[in-house]
Amino acid sequence: MIAEVGLVALWLAAALAFAQFVCGALALREQGREVGQLTRPSAIIQGLLLAISFATLLYIFAITDLSVKLVASNSHIDKPMVFKIAGAWGNHEGSMLLWVTVMVLAGALIAWLERRLPERTMQATLSAQGFVALGFYAFLLFSSNPFERLPTPAQEGLGLNPLLQDIGLAFHPPTLYVGYVGLSVAFSFVVGALVTRQVTPDFARAMRPWVLAAWVALTLGITAGSYWAYYELGWGGYWFWDPVENASLMPWLAATALLHSVSVLASRDALRTWTVMLGVVAFSMSMLGTFLVRSGVLTSVHAFAVDPERGAFILALLCINIGGALVLFALRAGSVAEGERFAATSRESALVFNNVMLSAILGVVLLGTLYPLLAEAFDSRVSVGPPYFNPVGAVFTFPMLAIMAIGPLLRWRRDKPARIWKPMALVAAIALAVLVVTLVQVEIAILPLLGLAFSIALAIASLLPLRGRKLRRVALTTWGMVLAHLGIAVALFGMASESAFSSEKLAALSVGESVVVGEWIVTLEGVEPTAGPNWTALEARLSASYGEGQSSIVRPQARNFYDPSQATTESALLTRWNGQLYAVLGNASEDGRWQVRLWWKPFVTMIFYGGLLVALGGFLAMIGHLLAHVRQRNIRHQSALRRGLEPAQ
Amino acid sequence: MKAKHQRLVLVVIALLALIGAGLLAAWALRNQASYYYFPSQIVVENPPADRLVRLGGMVQEGSIETLADGVTVAFVVGDGEATVPVRFSGILPDLFVEGSGVVADGRYQPDGTFLAENMLAKHDENYVPREFQDMDEHQARDVIAETVEGS
Repeated sequence: MIAEVGLVALWLAAALAFAQFVCGALALREQGREVGQLTRPSAIIQGLLLAISFATLLYIFAITDLSVKLVASNSHIDKPMVFKIAGAWGNHEGSMLLWVTVMVLAGALIAWLERRLPERTMQATLSAQGFVALGFYAFLLFSSNPFERLPTPAQEGLGLNPLLQDIGLAFHPPTLYVGYVGLSVAFSFVVGALVTRQVTPDFARAMRPWVLAAWVALTLGITAGSYWAYYELGWGGYWFWDPVENASLMPWLAATALLHSVSVLASRDALRTWTVMLGVVAFSMSMLGTFLVRSGVLTSVHAFAVDPERGAFILALLCINIGGALVLFALRAGSVAEGERFAATSRESALVFNNVMLSAILGVVLLGTLYPLLAEAFDSRVSVGPPYFNPVGAVFTFPMLAIMAIGPLLRWRRDKPARIWKPMALVAAIALAVLVVTLVQVEIAILPLLGLAFSIALAIASLLPLRGRKLRRVALTTWGMVLAHLGIAVALFGMASESAFSSEKLAALSVGESVVVGEWIVTLEGVEPTAGPNWTALEARLSASYGEGQSSIVRPQARNFYDPSQATTESALLTRWNGQLYAVLGNASEDGRWQVRLWWKPFVTMIFYGGLLVALGGFLAMIGHLLAHVRQRNIRHQSALRRGLEPAQ
Repeated sequence: MKAKHQRLVLVVIALLALIGAGLLAAWALRNQASYYYFPSQIVVENPPADRLVRLGGMVQEGSIETLADGVTVAFVVGDGEATVPVRFSGILPDLFVEGSGVVADGRYQPDGTFLAENMLAKHDENYVPREFQDMDEHQARDVIAETVEGS
């Protein structure tokens, strides 16, 4: 019975989304003023309905209701509770419902809280949001119903892919979805503003928290996904240039560009068309990402739902939404184009340059991701990998990093190059010194070398905006920018260091034998069987000591899951301040030796700490903007009271 | 400068950068076109040993053997027309078995062997990489699944 509650809630919500779209559209005509007022309540009620629907899904997974097809094919009665619940979105249908739920809850939040925009723009925005949601409702209800019943209930369930039974991965997709969906909200704002020709700083300020939230969530999701790939897959890499990874990177790149241009629009009223365009592009990228992941048109390391019909559905949605938005953009671009001017040396210029570079990188990744598809149309098989992405991406990344160091030091509108000449020369000198010292000390490839030099220079440059200021009085938004830029430098340092200085050892060890990797001495103490809730494993006990230091024990496992029967390798990590020892257990050879693979990866953790720092920066900026907004509203309120007027809403 | 001119300059710069990116990407992709090989292609085209390429095919029955050092595995990959001997030092991906499909990153040696640096592994039975869709049904059934860069 309970599954039907979820389904009914979903149908009702879909009907409301339709109403919201129609009412918002009618409100654009003079006669439709009154129906327009229905958009806010219908968005809010939709949010409640979807919350009920998703709660239902969580509940049937928690109690493992095996009469529901989705539960039977993706869960198992013996699974730990946390993975039963995470199993709710560890599959196609559940993750689509999660996507729509987050999107509709976001719509409810705008409808409830957002009062800055003119009412008609708001209604047009909600109408667009209803339209986008409607497509996804249709997708869920007609082709991916998560609440479908089985004719006869299953006995114990098929289980969840063991690779997904990992706490990091369980919470990684929801984070990414918040990001994708935040961009759908930004898209709706853009459409609303285009329809009513209100591309103003107010519009940018209303949209900015959503872009920031999406960007923070995408950053966290990408960082978590990369860390998951790093420790769970047992190959020691953190980025594979896999289509599914690119599917999250492309919206991130677009969102990063959008974030910066929205700031220009909000504070300087420039870059109007460009911002609007990026809003459309960013959401296109998140839909394209969904399409690539869901349709299985591309070979991917982690695409998990291969279904051409679903792919076609998402492709159709993509064409309708993005095509529609682009037509609207073409019709209206002329009337929103004028904005404030700025000089060639100015913070605006730096941001434009950063935007162009980000777009170029986005183009490079997009082409590389889609190229195998294109090639196939001409009957040739290609896999595009790191030999393409790394060097071609780097051509645009390094200039962008350089401008990233300079931009924050420049003033808005017009600046004198002479003012920032000295600090920049200092930073460049330090970068050059790092370059020379590294080159003399070790043999190193060009990209890691540049990475090291740029990361140190950028780290210093990103702290420069704080120089000579009382740290406690620096605005939260400035802190946000400083930390985010610093985070990029930290992550870059981790990447460069990992690829330049990693050492690797592969050995077949008898019990009691030792092997040296980097500064480490690692001894195989023994291999014992062990078991978990739904797996058995062989576990190696390795004692590892760094130089003369104390030894610690690491325990890599080779696991065998049952239901579904599948083997995985569980790597073991030993973290020191200056890097990680990474151990994987392989097979036993006939003479009783065990294959062990070890890596010493200096500063590899910096990659992930950097990602977290970037997300923290975005979060602080978001809080800073929201607080500033509240403060301003209070001031206006107070002064209105003082003048003895009715406080305005 | 007038606002209109400024906008024009911006648009031109942006366009130039994007076209540049596109051209560079297209040029790099043309070079990548020879990144993926089947055994029958690699024996004809002989990619130089300094280039990282990807080899895909089926592991021949009875060809897997572990060398004396305990960590190097030798096996033969074929596609029905040609075969290539492969050597790989590393921990084999889970479920690497004879008769299964395999994708390996590595370098083709002048002596006709393939030195694999990374192997793509099977992780899930429900997924067939597109590289293998043209193989016959018997092979495709066993073919590697959700491929993950293994080592």
